[in-house]
Amino acid sequence: MRRTVRSFIPGFAALALLAAPLLAPAPALAKTEIHFWHAMGGQLGETVGELVRQFNQSQREYEVKALNKGTYPEVLTAAIAAYRQKNPPHIVQFFDVGTQTMLSSGAIYPVFQLMKEQEVAVNWKDFIAPVVSYYSKDGNLYSMPFNSSSPILYYNKAAFKKAGLDPGNPPATWKQVGEVSKKIIAAGAAKCGFTTSWPSWTMLENTFPWHDQPFATNENGYKGLETKLLINSEFGIKHIGQLAAWQKERVYSYGGRMGQPDPKFVNGDCAMLIQSSAVIGGFKRSVKFDWATGQLPHWGAPYKKQNAIVGGGTLWVMKGQKAGDYKGVAQFLKFISDPHQQMWWSVTTGYVPITQTAIKNLEAGYHFKKNPEQWTALSQLGATPTANSRGHRLGNMAQIRDAIEPELENIFAGKKTTKEGLEAAVAKGNEILKEFAAANKP
Amino acid sequence: MKRSVFKNRGLPYLLVLPQLAVTLVFFFWPAFESLRLSFFRTSAFGDRVVFVGLENFRKLLVSGDYYQSVVNSFIFAFGVTALGVGAGLFVAALATQNVRGLTAYRTAVLWPYGIAPPIAGIIFLFIFHPSYGVLPYWLSFVTAYEFNWLLKGWVAMALVVIATAWTHVGYNIAFFLAGLLAVPTSVLEAASVDGAGALRRFRLIVFPLLAPITFYLVVVNLFFSFFSSFGMIHAVTQGGPGGATEIMVFKVYKDGFIGLNLGSSAAQSVILMLVVIGLTALQFRFVEKRITY
Repeated sequence: MRRTVRSFIPGFAALALLAAPLLAPAPALAKTEIHFWHAMGGQLGETVGELVRQFNQSQREYEVKALNKGTYPEVLTAAIAAYRQKNPPHIVQFFDVGTQTMLSSGAIYPVFQLMKEQEVAVNWKDFIAPVVSYYSKDGNLYSMPFNSSSPILYYNKAAFKKAGLDPGNPPATWKQVGEVSKKIIAAGAAKCGFTTSWPSWTMLENTFPWHDQPFATNENGYKGLETKLLINSEFGIKHIGQLAAWQKERVYSYGGRMGQPDPKFVNGDCAMLIQSSAVIGGFKRSVKFDWATGQLPHWGAPYKKQNAIVGGGTLWVMKGQKAGDYKGVAQFLKFISDPHQQMWWSVTTGYVPITQTAIKNLEAGYHFKKNPEQWTALSQLGATPTANSRGHRLGNMAQIRDAIEPELENIFAGKKTTKEGLEAAVAKGNEILKEFAAANKP
Repeated sequence: MKRSVFKNRGLPYLLVLPQLAVTLVFFFWPAFESLRLSFFRTSAFGDRVVFVGLENFRKLLVSGDYYQSVVNSFIFAFGVTALGVGAGLFVAALATQNVRGLTAYRTAVLWPYGIAPPIAGIIFLFIFHPSYGVLPYWLSFVTAYEFNWLLKGWVAMALVVIATAWTHVGYNIAFFLAGLLAVPTSVLEAASVDGAGALRRFRLIVFPLLAPITFYLVVVNLFFSFFSSFGMIHAVTQGGPGGATEIMVFKVYKDGFIGLNLGSSAAQSVILMLVVIGLTALQFRFVEKRITY
């Protein structure tokens, strides 16, 4: 019996230690907490943590608490649950394609309005066009641009060299991608030519605007909720059909959804990868061989070369918090959009700088000359967006992606022809759009 | 059981009350909430709610995707149950043999049950992934067939079935082991004296005695595969490729949490509930009759 009692002692001691912080006196001046939920993991998460730390040190009134809530859809789900419990976080990071869902929700405090009401001046004109056009409604920004990216081509310079190709010259057209891939495979420099991460985002959502092709009716949804997908157009069938044909020859190797295909490039299986510029920072740390980047490949004439659209996320401010907190929210948003933080964030992660000032400053420091891969994504966003390339304003876009990607898999596996697969994706996507329009009728 | 255990007639009810409260709050309330939600169309943030009657159910009944997920669920559940219960019995039988270090073996075989499905999923993902896993590399080297479950539906299904059965096999082993150890040795010895071989002893004596346990495990494994195998699918295949591993419970999650279509998601969970209630009722009605406890 005595032994049992004694064996509890360390347990009690541990408990007491755990409880100690709870009993300690509260600091004299409590800061107002600002809750910020985000979806950044790994290297990106560390960078967000550092950004928040810098803000917290820069002033005494507020303390931003950043919390990684998983993937973008998981962050949104958590935020919605919290909103329904009437206890939402102040700031939520959500991805590009969630824009329509957020705009229709009635749960958000538009950022332009927040800044005006809290009297925090922001030079909205300084933000670059593709970002502004994506996240604006009636000319006003509704969410704070934060991490914007676009899909680019990463290529293995060592494999290019081994295949007798010019490692300073990535393929610019899809035709060249095919030719280069075949040479690389023939030379034994890699097992496959290229793979693609985020298949729907890189191969459809961006490839369509990049060629000035409409992705959906009603100007990709900007003109109204009653929209229909157009990805089974001649262009869509041509592009996806070519990928399917290349899949058979190992020129293209489908590697799964989201970032799952990345390892195929990182471990040298595939010589090229099409993936978001957001992984530049991570690749700089982890990829062992010499690599460089090129623009998203293009089909050339008769298609016009337009701009890619921004991916990544923005910060949404949620309604339902104490009025006094919003001053701090506004200050934090101002802080992260400041050119200094913008530059640091962009240089560390690979996301594009989103203000003209930040871009000019980086240019002045020869940053892009020294780090050409950081210029690639930005260079794709230069053209003035057309009705086809402003972005996507489709409701439940995350679910539409989930309708498109299984059909891409069916096509690449040879279970369906390109036309059948894309038509099935369009049918399902249209059903989702109809559902969203019905649920969100103004 | 004697009736005189409780002097106070109210006490038994009081003692059952906590369990009843838990069941009411954590089972009946959500179940009714799902049923209620299934008649509505709700916007993502829940600020617009429209009564649509049976519309959510009607849409499911005409959806090819939904039928596929139902078929997938049955393949998955019966696969996991057959494999998990079969392997459980086999390993449990092995673990009753007289070998050195038996306790260590027994601990080892029970171990997988302690691992949460998503973690198990991640482990299998690392072993099997076509891009960075070891096994597909060796398998295709040996068989000249490409086990790429990113594109081949049946490989993906086999993978999640094996992985899920693996996480649950420890539980099955524990029950079978207890059952096997409870088989009276005197009966087995008598049978051996009568000249019955190992297989015959197993078939005529051991297995009938294990029948109640087997029945229980089949029910539990089916439940488990229908309801709580979400973590495995989420971690490994995300329902892909082409919806080949999209089982009902994953579709409930996907449509509800990613698609934010709560009405359809609720309707699906109501159907899932009915399927499982039906299956269980069938089992108790027909299978249980053949079992003597």
